[in-house]
Amino acid sequence: MTKDTRDELPLYEVFIRSKNGLDHKHVGSLHASDSEMALTNARDVYTRRSEGVSIWVVKSTDIVASSPEDRGSFYEPSDDKLYRHPTFYDLPDEVGHM
Amino acid sequence: MDARTDDLDRLEAEFQAKVDAEQRIEPKDWMPDRYRQTLIRQMSQHAHSEVVGMLPEGNWLTRAPSLKRKAILMAKIQDEGGHGLYLYSATETLGISRDEMFDQLHTGKAKYSTIFNYPTLTWADVGAIGWLVDGAAITNQIALCRCSYGPYARAMIRICKEESFHQRQGYEIMMTMAQGTKEQKEMAQDALNRWWWPTLMMFGPNDSNSANSAQSMKWKIKRQSNDELRQKFIDATVPQAEYLGLKIPDDELKWNEERGAYDFGEIDWDEFKAVVSGNGLCNRERLKARIDAHDGGKWVRDAALAYAAKKAARKAEAA
Repeated sequence: MTKDTRDELPLYEVFIRSKNGLDHKHVGSLHASDSEMALTNARDVYTRRSEGVSIWVVKSTDIVASSPEDRGSFYEPSDDKLYRHPTFYDLPDEVGHM
Repeated sequence: MDARTDDLDRLEAEFQAKVDAEQRIEPKDWMPDRYRQTLIRQMSQHAHSEVVGMLPEGNWLTRAPSLKRKAILMAKIQDEGGHGLYLYSATETLGISRDEMFDQLHTGKAKYSTIFNYPTLTWADVGAIGWLVDGAAITNQIALCRCSYGPYARAMIRICKEESFHQRQGYEIMMTMAQGTKEQKEMAQDALNRWWWPTLMMFGPNDSNSANSAQSMKWKIKRQSNDELRQKFIDATVPQAEYLGLKIPDDELKWNEERGAYDFGEIDWDEFKAVVSGNGLCNRERLKARIDAHDGGKWVRDAALAYAAKKAARKAEAA
């Protein structure tokens, strides 16, 4: 799967805020020659029915991602700290909701 | 058993356990190579179908009977292009490039749905395609919304949301024609006659003849079998045809009280095989139109890249 892709337009990942108050969310990717074209393409491909009020595009090669293989060790530091969760604390029912 | 196969067996078992537990598989997760290859084949062919699917409808863009119908058809075709893009993008997460997928389509290595190799002879065909072809596609795609591969499932959810308009606009065209003049009603009936059987073929071979089905079900790529989905579509569509006052071209079609489903006649599998292997009415024409469009657009892609390179160079110089 290593066909020469030099002539292919670069890949961009697209993130869309569907309305103010919500986070941008990853929706997919697209090919574009530059960031400006990526934005207009993202508008055409991912917001044909007013699905967004704000779009981010970022070159896929610029994204640094953790790898699933070290899921265990990478997140380990948080696994043994049960006291960070509210359920760690036993309170009597009389106290009511807390 | 050496350590390597041992390792592979363990990974496969873990993978299957994850799938069985209804966890989604994401792009960077370990997956069996055959799972990856099955998805690449299925998803890219799905993407190709969306893109080639624009061609039969494009035939009627300039001849739609009103500005309203033209605007609707344009929006629908634009959606199909968009669906192709969602699916190509999801397939690329499996490690195949867009160019490679285009190559496979253009050289005939990858297939697309047989349905798009039939011609659109009258305006009623545009209605029949929306109602039947998009209806069948929705039946298939709803099942795929729960596919074990995350990016595919997410693309399907987005597509299903948009597809509903496609089917409704098609049914509305059929309704208008079925309630129109005698000639219009005949056109609607003729379109139903020609599209019914090819639509049933969209669900693929019978389960007993579908080699990859069992494995795909085990991997939860597929959730329902070809025959189950076909039956579901028929049961939903027959009453819709009755409402239109049109007759489905199958003398063996009959409600089966015991099964709670419609019995129906045998599909012409020879025709299906002929269309799959490239000898449908429009196979060559469709592929040529697709290749011409791709080659014809090359100078635009080249120019856009050259422009981006020039701008980047200028920016570097100024810095």
